[in-house]
Amino acid sequence: MFPTAIEKTSKLTQTTYKAALPIAVLLWLLPLFAVALTSVRSIEDLNRGNFWGWPTSLNFVQNYTEVFTRSPMALFMLNSVIITLFAVAGTLILSCMAGYALAKYHFRGNLVLFSIFIAGNFVPFQILMIPVRTIMIDWIPLYDTVWALVLFHTAFQTGFCTLFMRNFIKQMPDALIEAARIEGITELKIFWHVVLPLVRPALAALAVLEFTFIWNDYFWSLVLVQSDEARPVTAGLQALKGQWLASWQLISAGSLIAAIPPVLIFFLMQRHFIAGLTLGATKE
Amino acid sequence: MSITSLKPLNLTFPDTWWRRNQMWVTPLLLLLPAAVVFTIFVIIPIFQSITLSFYDWDGINPKKWVGFSNYTELFGDEVFWKAIFNNIWWLFAFMLGPVFGLALALFLNQNVRGIRLAKSLFFFPFVISQVVVGLVFGWFFNSQFGLLNELLSHFGVEPLALIEGENTATFVVILAGLWPQVSYCMILYLTGLTAMNGEVIEAARMDGAKGWNLLWHIILPQLRPATFIAVVVSVVGALRSFDLVSIMTLGGPYNSSTVLAYMMYEQTFLNFRYGYGAAIATVLFIIMDVYIAFFLYSMLKREAR
Repeated sequence: MFPTAIEKTSKLTQTTYKAALPIAVLLWLLPLFAVALTSVRSIEDLNRGNFWGWPTSLNFVQNYTEVFTRSPMALFMLNSVIITLFAVAGTLILSCMAGYALAKYHFRGNLVLFSIFIAGNFVPFQILMIPVRTIMIDWIPLYDTVWALVLFHTAFQTGFCTLFMRNFIKQMPDALIEAARIEGITELKIFWHVVLPLVRPALAALAVLEFTFIWNDYFWSLVLVQSDEARPVTAGLQALKGQWLASWQLISAGSLIAAIPPVLIFFLMQRHFIAGLTLGATKE
Repeated sequence: MSITSLKPLNLTFPDTWWRRNQMWVTPLLLLLPAAVVFTIFVIIPIFQSITLSFYDWDGINPKKWVGFSNYTELFGDEVFWKAIFNNIWWLFAFMLGPVFGLALALFLNQNVRGIRLAKSLFFFPFVISQVVVGLVFGWFFNSQFGLLNELLSHFGVEPLALIEGENTATFVVILAGLWPQVSYCMILYLTGLTAMNGEVIEAARMDGAKGWNLLWHIILPQLRPATFIAVVVSVVGALRSFDLVSIMTLGGPYNSSTVLAYMMYEQTFLNFRYGYGAAIATVLFIIMDVYIAFFLYSMLKREAR
């Protein structure tokens, strides 16, 4: 283990380490603590410039209720949920199929196709911006609906997910598939009954990862959506900032509400999340 | 019962069209949906944008072919060079992501009570939206009612106008960007450290290696895959920077904190210069291609082994 395990060091080092750890966490998350504290302050506190002190009154219920009554926050959250769930489902289905085809079938152009999926996943969004917006306005009239975002996220995230699934399935032994073939099971049934049950861990990892990616998207919600009816919570929050100006207690409360779903998903499925994120970080 | 009456095991299956052709039809069917949407929404738009960069277009009236004039204008545009320089600052600063990420990972790679929670909390900034990060940092550094100046006033320090300053705005935005980036790199290194071969480290210790020596010669070489990914995601993150600029400064004051991604958005949707915007996007795309090529090369080389 590196660095040396703390249990093997002097008593003084151990005590110092154990004291430093919570302080480090506190400093690292200082901006978030300030926001959490502000979200329960009264407007009087803020006007008096009491940002860092203890709140004179706890306005938790009042502030958080106000966010929902004074803004379409509930609608923004609902939009985000719809966009995220459908796009994650869509991209998982597409990439699972494509990943298997690229991992276990040998055909000409396999590697080229795979490279295109990898490369496409890195392109800057701006090179896609104008044409994708034009498609959503002229060809597939979904502009300014949540479905425009669902469709685009599904398509774009397929690049990363196919890379991920292909590398995962590639590691599965060929013998499994060969054995099924000798039994006379058709190819599609092999995919359904043999491959799919085995890729569940990869699907779980991808699902949580994609959930946070898509939930947190801001750029495309600016480009493909313009009315409150279709706005996800990221763009909604930015719009509210313009309306609420110095009502920092409301902006803070809104920020925390927007942050809760991905944070919750992360804490509940931490193992899968990190497994997905660090794929390839441990082996060459 | 004689042996001959035993029928041979039936290994032939009904000869249908599907059975004869499934070996090539199946991969085609499986690939088709992904390939179609990826082609429509990613591959074709790239070429459309590049083509558009040779036109003058306001988004409504007919496009007008102008050859390279968008590019000649761009290369003479002060804001463009400002954006390029800021992107270079982002790149340099984001290389601190892997460095600080490694330092944090080394700090947290212990087995004490509550360490799992500490690790999760350190990872927090990466999970929350950049919009939230931008709002929080924008407010922290705001000169009139920001938390920083409020804090500094207790120590008798004059209020600072960092986010409103032409020379400092970019660095405040970059600082906000580094916060989640360090978290990301930290988790990559933590995973690398956990998966590391303990025997090698113990053997090196037996031979008297310790401290920096051990880190440099034994640990870092084993962490190479983590470093590779950390550098790649930091480069891509630096070149993609848009959200934080858009939320914290809108590229200002006087375009001093703009980056290529934001300038492109601004020119297209706020100035209605679609062709000019497409030219900026094309330049950004070409810069990014260098890294895409590098990543593909490394990835496929690994594949060949």
